[in-house]
Amino acid sequence: MTAPLHEPTAEAAPGAAEEAAVAATGATAVQGRSLGRIAWERLKRDRLALTGGIVVLLLIVIALLAPVITSLVGQDPDVYHQGLIDPLFSTPKGSLGGISGDHLLGVEPVNGRDIFARVLYGARISLLVGFLSAVVAVVLGTVLGILAGFFGGWVDSLISRVMDGLLAFPQLLFIIALVSVMPNQMLGLTGTGVRVFVMILVIGFFGWPYIGRVVRGQTLSMREREYVEAARSLGAGQFYILFKELLPNLVAPIIVYTTMMIPTNILTEAALSFLGVGVKPPTSSWGQMLSSAIDYYDSDPMYMVIPGVAIFITVLAFNLFGDGVRDALDPKGSR
Amino acid sequence: MLAYLIRRLFAAAVMLVVIILVVFSIFFLVPKWAGVDIATSFVGKQADPHAVAAVREKLGLSDPIYAQVWHFFKGIFVGRTYSAGGDVTHCAAPCFGYSFRSEQAVWPVLTDRFPVTLGLALGAAVLWLVFGVAAGVLSALKRGSLWDRGAMVVALSGVSLPIYFTGLLASAIFVFGLKWFNGQYVSISDSFSGYFEGMILPWITLAFLYAAMYARITRATMMEILGEDYIRTARAKGLTERVVISKHAMRSTMTPILTMLGMDLGALIGGAILTETTFSIPGLGQAVLTAIKNQDLPIILGVTLITSLAVLLANLAVDVLYAVIDPRVRLS
Repeated sequence: MTAPLHEPTAEAAPGAAEEAAVAATGATAVQGRSLGRIAWERLKRDRLALTGGIVVLLLIVIALLAPVITSLVGQDPDVYHQGLIDPLFSTPKGSLGGISGDHLLGVEPVNGRDIFARVLYGARISLLVGFLSAVVAVVLGTVLGILAGFFGGWVDSLISRVMDGLLAFPQLLFIIALVSVMPNQMLGLTGTGVRVFVMILVIGFFGWPYIGRVVRGQTLSMREREYVEAARSLGAGQFYILFKELLPNLVAPIIVYTTMMIPTNILTEAALSFLGVGVKPPTSSWGQMLSSAIDYYDSDPMYMVIPGVAIFITVLAFNLFGDGVRDALDPKGSR
Repeated sequence: MLAYLIRRLFAAAVMLVVIILVVFSIFFLVPKWAGVDIATSFVGKQADPHAVAAVREKLGLSDPIYAQVWHFFKGIFVGRTYSAGGDVTHCAAPCFGYSFRSEQAVWPVLTDRFPVTLGLALGAAVLWLVFGVAAGVLSALKRGSLWDRGAMVVALSGVSLPIYFTGLLASAIFVFGLKWFNGQYVSISDSFSGYFEGMILPWITLAFLYAAMYARITRATMMEILGEDYIRTARAKGLTERVVISKHAMRSTMTPILTMLGMDLGALIGGAILTETTFSIPGLGQAVLTAIKNQDLPIILGVTLITSLAVLLANLAVDVLYAVIDPRVRLS
């Protein structure tokens, strides 16, 4: 969809440089390099992707350490600071939404909760849902995609039709519908836990066809290859061929589509929380902050800008990194 | 062509049945498995057991599943009758049930709001197709790296920005700050120019992300096609460059774009719904938002069903267009 068009000159230069490097290092470089190693060499040269990757890592660390960081700055996401709110307009006192040394990103209108702390805690929900729903999608998509591609026939027609159907539906509405009929209590989970769990399941369920389609296509083209035939002629069973021969060759496309799926899932989570079917207050999430910011977009624009920018940076970082990973792992890349 | 059409129509009919079944399961089977009682959510939090039992009987929730499915289909195509004891309600042909909160039929709500959402989605689609394809063709013809980089940056940031954030930002800047638009939704039957003034910002917001994406696809496809033999032939027989581009190259370029359009229609509806909520446009999206707040499941059900049907029909139209543009499709 977003395949970059490499100008031949731009492509030749780094390739040549690498060959020179390989020639220079001599013996060690002659040893076969694994796919992961080749990909890493390519990724290292892609500055945009590397920046994206570093930002992603930082975000993960921030999300994991959110309680530590907020207590270091001495703020709590749920404490009210009504003294900082202008009683007349119920917006924060001071300029830029009440940004100060204590409140690095200002405070919320009305109750004055610290926005910095709430944005950090929001990152936890976004990343958790983004990652785990991608895992659900990858597991479903890989298993069903391989089955469809490998067995063909009616198995393939059935799975392919389901994938086409799921891809053509207005997904957001189906996700809203499914999330809103789910109970507020299940499997021993309550409150935020159950909302997060449901979102992971539902977003993952609607995401698997993207992976499934790619895996099916790859399996279809690979099952006729010589190495599969060789394994079969040696008497390998179908499951051996599926998991030992085919699956390792599918790892690259699966990784690529997983990294590209995470940002989409983060956006979906934010949209659900924005619409009020995601995590419920007082748990903070970026989408929910944006939805309460609608009422203050003219009187306290910072309140809307901060969670919006948080989503933008996160999703952009994942997208840049994902593009880079794709370029690095793309088997069609002529480098 | 006729055989192709009949095949597509048949596939669409099958899909229609599948969609209705899926929507039915989401609203009537999934809650059951998850242990949620729909009758209780109808009556409300402090449910009186008698009221719950009456609702359950009236909605037929205790019937066997096949009977419930049958009534659901019957309601949509020929209408159905709800009855509990002496309390009988007849729901006419496209029966999508009754709102849990206002107890009004869902269908009129949908027909009221559907045109508004359709207007938003269509306007945005026209904008993005015209500007996206035009920009793509231009950048394919004038291969400047600035054009390409610009489109790539816009596309990447467009994909990374939540549409409800861009919408809010656009309102804050252009409506509140610069006062270029008044940002108020006006029905097209009240004032034609008022409608356009109110919709221009939502249209641009919704079209922005897709336009950049389509520009990139158009550019890539166009460049590939310009290298084909038949283009060389067209040039060799002395056709002007304008004819070569607009007649020969454009036709092939449109096929992948149509394919993408067909796949993006579902996403377009989702985008339209989010856009409506930020610009306070009284379409289906706002109905969903209110329904979410009120736990009003039948409205969510109705909107899900009607938008799926709209996407289905639009896909059918795309398939037909496809066959008109690319004769190979008809024959396969």
